[in-house]
Amino acid sequence: MSDISKMLGDTVNRLFSDRVTPELLTAAEEGVWPGALWKAVEEAGLTLPLVSEQRGGVGCDWLDARVVLHGAGQYAAPIPLAETILAGWLLDRAGIEPPMGPMSIACAAPGAGLHLFRDADGWRLDGVCPRVPWGDAAAHLVVVEEAEGAVRVALVARGDYHAEPGLNMAREPRDIVRFENAPAAACNMAAGLPANAVTLYGALIRSVQIGGALERTLQESVKYANDRIQFGKPIGKFQAVQQSLAQLADEVAACGAAGTAACAAVDKSLHSNNSADVWLRIAAAKARTGEGAGRGASIAHQTHGAFGFTYEHVLHFATRRLWSWRAEFGTGDVWAAELGSRVVEIGADNLWETMTATD
Amino acid sequence: MQTFSFDPVEMPPAAAKLRLEVRQFLTEHNAKRSALDRSQSWSGTDPEFSRKMGEAGLIGMVWPKKYGGHERTSFERYVMLEEMLVAGAPVAAHWIADRQSGPLLLRFGTEEQRQKYLPHVAAGKMFFCIGMSEPDSGSDLASVRSRAVKVDGGYRITGRKIWTSGAHTAHVMLGLFRTGANPDGRQEGLTQFLIDLRTVDGTDLKAKNNILVRPIRSLLGEYHFNEVVFEDSFVPDSAVVGKADNGWSQVMSELAFERSGPERYLSCIQLILEMIRELAINPTPAGLAAVGRLVAHLSTLRQMSVSVAAKLNAGLDPALEGSIVKDLGAVFEQETPTIAQAIFNVEPRTGKDASNLEQVLAFLMQNSVSYSMRGGTREILRGIIARGLGLR
Ligand SMILES: Cc1cc2nc3c(=O)[nH]c(=O)nc-3n(C[C@H](O)[C@H](O)[C@H](O)COP(=O)(O)OP(=O)(O)OC[C@H]3O[C@@H](n4cnc5c(N)ncnc54)[C@H](O)[C@@H]3O)c2cc1C
Repeated sequence: MSDISKMLGDTVNRLFSDRVTPELLTAAEEGVWPGALWKAVEEAGLTLPLVSEQRGGVGCDWLDARVVLHGAGQYAAPIPLAETILAGWLLDRAGIEPPMGPMSIACAAPGAGLHLFRDADGWRLDGVCPRVPWGDAAAHLVVVEEAEGAVRVALVARGDYHAEPGLNMAREPRDIVRFENAPAAACNMAAGLPANAVTLYGALIRSVQIGGALERTLQESVKYANDRIQFGKPIGKFQAVQQSLAQLADEVAACGAAGTAACAAVDKSLHSNNSADVWLRIAAAKARTGEGAGRGASIAHQTHGAFGFTYEHVLHFATRRLWSWRAEFGTGDVWAAELGSRVVEIGADNLWETMTATD
Repeated sequence: MQTFSFDPVEMPPAAAKLRLEVRQFLTEHNAKRSALDRSQSWSGTDPEFSRKMGEAGLIGMVWPKKYGGHERTSFERYVMLEEMLVAGAPVAAHWIADRQSGPLLLRFGTEEQRQKYLPHVAAGKMFFCIGMSEPDSGSDLASVRSRAVKVDGGYRITGRKIWTSGAHTAHVMLGLFRTGANPDGRQEGLTQFLIDLRTVDGTDLKAKNNILVRPIRSLLGEYHFNEVVFEDSFVPDSAVVGKADNGWSQVMSELAFERSGPERYLSCIQLILEMIRELAINPTPAGLAAVGRLVAHLSTLRQMSVSVAAKLNAGLDPALEGSIVKDLGAVFEQETPTIAQAIFNVEPRTGKDASNLEQVLAFLMQNSVSYSMRGGTREILRGIIARGLGLR
């Protein structure tokens, strides 16, 4: 682990363990924007890790930023931190200086598209994006679309689109956003980004967040298993409980590793332009974490008994996010199916060569 | 709670170069192997192939040159291993010596022992087997009862080892015996010995020394492991590895090499490859999704295993991470045959008219049940993980 990721990790832990309390999470679920938390996160320099220094960011790579994404998942921070980090990176790729404040990313429903077009004073946008994270609360949205034969990144300010509030199962904002002839505050070509960048990298940030949330379920479960006494001893002393928590640890480890490997692949691709590998690793990460999220959440709940089924206990802040996040930006099954098609295209005789090509 | 991490690893350029050399070697020496034979993975035995690997410098790769090694990095060795496994090469004969007995001798052996064994191992001409398990001592290895009694110039050994993989092809057994005075000494009073199993100039040294190797048929009908019975068999003092009565900690360090290598998730790779071949002809949505999921697991396990290899290389002790890799790897390997059967609706079977897919499926469906036994059972591994979590 690099010095910078250690530093980011320390900051994330300190800040979130102090501030992301059950009260704050409950208020956020009731619709209160945690402005003080956002301000603290922004002041601590956590929002733009992937933006180059010349454009006002920290200029670190995905492996470093992973620590912040992981922490956002681990503490269930009810702010669009992962979304802002991704939005900032997309803007940076297009040479656009990101604004301050919360940002999010938006894409049209699968199969549909947005209409990005040029008029006299710049670029404009038409179309609908369902389920935009914090679409209403964000100060800016970032979209990626193909227009005039190139993939472009556009930044749209909150005043220039409509947002209709909605929620995911974890009661995080997932809003319907409508662009109606919306002017882009900035728009540029981004070499190397695919047209589906929001979905692809959205799957990456959710994969890493799932790893974080799973780690939280493990921490809560181990703590609970050591504290809860039945039959005269902590339930964690029962071998059946130990064996199932070991499986939870397996899932935490695998999902964490899958997300980390995908982040490493993105970093590598920026030096080598091997974007095929990025796609493979992200697809694998979302497929793997989508599976682990469900298995992990169920072990954690089993360990917690009825207490874990209450709103009072914090476990559900992690597990409801796991169930939501595994579906966002493509379920694990959808990614697995696409990965399967790609693997068959690659062919049995070239699979291993492909998997080891970017060592 | 102990934390665990699987940091990504940058392989050195030499590893990529070696990968191409190994592929070239495999094209020359492994191209004719059938799909069924390939699916034996690292239990496929071919002493001739081992010798060729030795000639090509692919055994003892990380050992010092003065013992016949090649002083390469452990990443290069890792790359060699995974290429062999993916190609389904018959590596079993030298596998144990290369993986654990050689490193053990480098660490604990005398200069004389290193000189005597390692160059032959590296040449692919000397094979080892591991005599740890006994009929009454499986997971509870510290309960072994076979005894070695001190006599003039050496020890006299009596007892039974069981499940000894490759004892019928091996030249040497690295055996664990009770030497301490206390018969219930558990972890104290155990000693590792190098036991000669060779036939020299037509003389079977085993028979001469009251050592009986009895093959045990596995459920596949094949001979892979054995029972080895000792009756008052003599081993000289020079056969003691490391310190007498210090065997337990030596054995534990040996097991660290055993748990997280690529063989812990690649044993069923031939079946995945057959599935991909089948889907190329007849792609079904369920099949593509299933194979995609398996490849997602495969790619994740590889990252994890390489990361553990890097830690071992750096002299760390990733026992927890290694157990996690082996546990996840065995679950993955064991579910693959069932998934293959479900998506292609085929019967696992052998015989001339069976397809490659059917044959490979049949072999792995039967063989894979052992993957959560060999090298530490699933339950024992999960116990190690639970200890790491602070539950025990
Ligand atoms: C293919 C193969 C090759 C092998 N090769 C070798 C070899 O070359 N050399 C060698 O020395 N050995 C070898 N072994 C033996 C192997 O190391 C043992 O099988 C293993 O240690 C387990 O011992 P056991 O089979 O006696 O099972 P047991 O220990 O009897 O276990 C049976 C079941 O009980 C469970 N169990 C046992 N103790 C506990 C506990 N405390 N808590 C919970 N569950 C428990 C186990 O997990 C398992 O499910 C080989 C085994 C196989 C299958």
